[in-house]
Amino acid sequence: MSKRLSKKWLPLAVTVALGVGLVACGDDDSSSSDDTTATADTTATADTTATADTTAAPVDSAAPAPSADWAANFTPWEGSKPVACGPEEGQPLKAAWVYVGPINDGGWTQTHDEGRQAVQTHFGDKVETTYKENVPEGEQVGQVIEDLIADGNTVIFGTSFGFQDAFVAAAEKHPDVCFEFATGFKSAPNLSQYYGAAEDTDYLAGMAAGAATKVGKIGYLASFGIPEVVRGINAFTLGARAVNPDATVKIAWVNSWFDPPVERKQAEALVTAGVDVLGMKGVDSPATGDAAKAAGIPWAGYNRDNSANYGDVWLTGTQYHWDVYEIPRLQQVLDGTWTAGNYHGTIADGFVDMSTYGDLVSEETRTKIEAKKAELAANTGGQFTGPIIDNSGKEQLAAGKQHTYGELMAMQYLVEGVDGEIPAG
Amino acid sequence: MNSNLLVVIAASAIFYGTPLFFAALGGVFTERSGVLNLGVEGMMLIGGVTAAWSSLHVGGSAWFTVLVALCIAMLAGSILASLHAFLCVTLRANQTVAGLSITIFAGAVGLSSYFANIWKAAQDPVTRQVRKLDVLGLADAPILGPLLFNHTILTYLSWVMCAVASWYLFRTKIGLQVRAVGESPQTADAMGISVVKYRYIHTMLGGALAGLGGAFYSLAIVPTWVDGMTKGAGWIAIALVIFGFWRPGLTLLGAYLFGALQSLGTVLKARSFDIPGDVLDALPFVMTIVVLVLVSTRFAHKRIGAPAALGVPYEREER
Repeated sequence: MSKRLSKKWLPLAVTVALGVGLVACGDDDSSSSDDTTATADTTATADTTATADTTAAPVDSAAPAPSADWAANFTPWEGSKPVACGPEEGQPLKAAWVYVGPINDGGWTQTHDEGRQAVQTHFGDKVETTYKENVPEGEQVGQVIEDLIADGNTVIFGTSFGFQDAFVAAAEKHPDVCFEFATGFKSAPNLSQYYGAAEDTDYLAGMAAGAATKVGKIGYLASFGIPEVVRGINAFTLGARAVNPDATVKIAWVNSWFDPPVERKQAEALVTAGVDVLGMKGVDSPATGDAAKAAGIPWAGYNRDNSANYGDVWLTGTQYHWDVYEIPRLQQVLDGTWTAGNYHGTIADGFVDMSTYGDLVSEETRTKIEAKKAELAANTGGQFTGPIIDNSGKEQLAAGKQHTYGELMAMQYLVEGVDGEIPAG
Repeated sequence: MNSNLLVVIAASAIFYGTPLFFAALGGVFTERSGVLNLGVEGMMLIGGVTAAWSSLHVGGSAWFTVLVALCIAMLAGSILASLHAFLCVTLRANQTVAGLSITIFAGAVGLSSYFANIWKAAQDPVTRQVRKLDVLGLADAPILGPLLFNHTILTYLSWVMCAVASWYLFRTKIGLQVRAVGESPQTADAMGISVVKYRYIHTMLGGALAGLGGAFYSLAIVPTWVDGMTKGAGWIAIALVIFGFWRPGLTLLGAYLFGALQSLGTVLKARSFDIPGDVLDALPFVMTIVVLVLVSTRFAHKRIGAPAALGVPYEREER
């Protein structure tokens, strides 16, 4: 009897052991075993070839010659003092980036990683960069930061809005570590915020889309109803209507930063609903471009120059040069002069820029866009000059007035011409 | 006329229902032979990641690359299924636990994501993808165009497979023997049918089809790999097997129903219908639960034709 019993239980035990054991094997790095996704832990020092095989698309390594100094767009927090987070004499500075998506998402995270690679190239063996990819927005972020600090990293870059609270908590816990956070709004003596006026370039991309639509309907994928994204939607719509006053922009909310199958599905649904141009904001992958390609309609991208892979449908789009900010900031760390503050990069200092124009953008439209670009470089946020009416008919900004920086950062209305609502919550 | 709401929904139901059908048809084969496979989700993901890898690294013409990618996905699925068969048939493990452990092992936080990392499978967009065809130049024909003449080769393959599977299971001697193994392995054994062989073959066949379904995600739905991209399609497929009463034809209809549910919310929202999108997005899973509850009674099982020996390990000495 007992023999039969053990015979029955043996395979069960083997099964469970297999499952548990092999799952554990899937994670090759014990320090990241708390992460629920397969988080890769890759350290790229100057002598590795980590940069060689990451992308086939053109890496825009040459940042445009900035006509203004980045420091003009940086404001230290009130009363902030230098934080000594530099390395010990003779040691490299260890800096780490935390990404929400994979480093080859073809968009947001990939441009961030290109920034990291530019940092590595610039500093050589004076700086050692590391990254963690596919980190979910949730409890795990804190653990990832702790792991990175335990590994000796003294500068941590966070690159997704949902990481913010974990970064603020970590900054409080580790006053001797410098934290750099992209796209947030909270401050700490050792936590900086960095982002840029993508709304300026989004406006210009909107002009290209407005000129491209024949039926006057543009489909637009947006991630979340937070001010960063709402600003982009509004700027894009204002730009489209500047060249095509009757154009409307139909919004589809993806409710994720990175979900290519859903992005594609939503873009296709917009196409079947009658739009003839696609655009996007806060959506990290080029899946919208795949839908545009399949439907043969123009696409205004975001994050990254995708003109090479999507040449036949590509218009243009906002593109970031994160290294414009990251390189001088790490130099400050090395010099011992790093202070926390807020950075809002612009077209003028080269932080945001337009991607290469696609063949679908006519010379006439390019001239118009370039003229407006010069205007916005001189006056960032100038597209948000009243009168601005929202899509419920209410006046949000009186004639002649321009939104303040604070108003831009808290924007929670959609302009006239946007077909959609900001989702609740 | 082709942008008519019903036509759009029907066309996307067929598109998104295709991978569900492949995985569910695999489930029909597996369960007809008496093996319950809860590892479908894991097998789909392994199929998806191997297909993405193959299409990035196998040279040759586009057709050849895609063909190889699909074959590798099926092979990978069936290898994983052979592990399931080894656990369930040879070691006579609890089939529920074995299947679950396969999904955990290979699923979204396991082997598939690990392979994706070490192979860099999520690299650049896969250029050799499975595209929609314009059959006989009729893709733009009113109504019938989007429904019948504008699909990927895999959808047409699924229609052929549906017919072949029905014929195989219900019109051939081997099919009869498969069903006998699933209904009463003792009887089948007495008749000289190798229960072990039949169960191994049909479990592996099921794994191959699940792998093919997974490949649909990374080659046709988006031309790239995303960790955990099937997002529970494997579980829906398991429910579909029951929903389709273990019959290929009904399973195909069920797959299209669930395919429609998957795209309904998006399509309606794109047309400014004021509907709670989250509720619609949850519909396939709500339906899955409802179906499983309805058919989980013993009475229902008997009436709708569940294989009597489904989930029961066969031990010859216990007769």
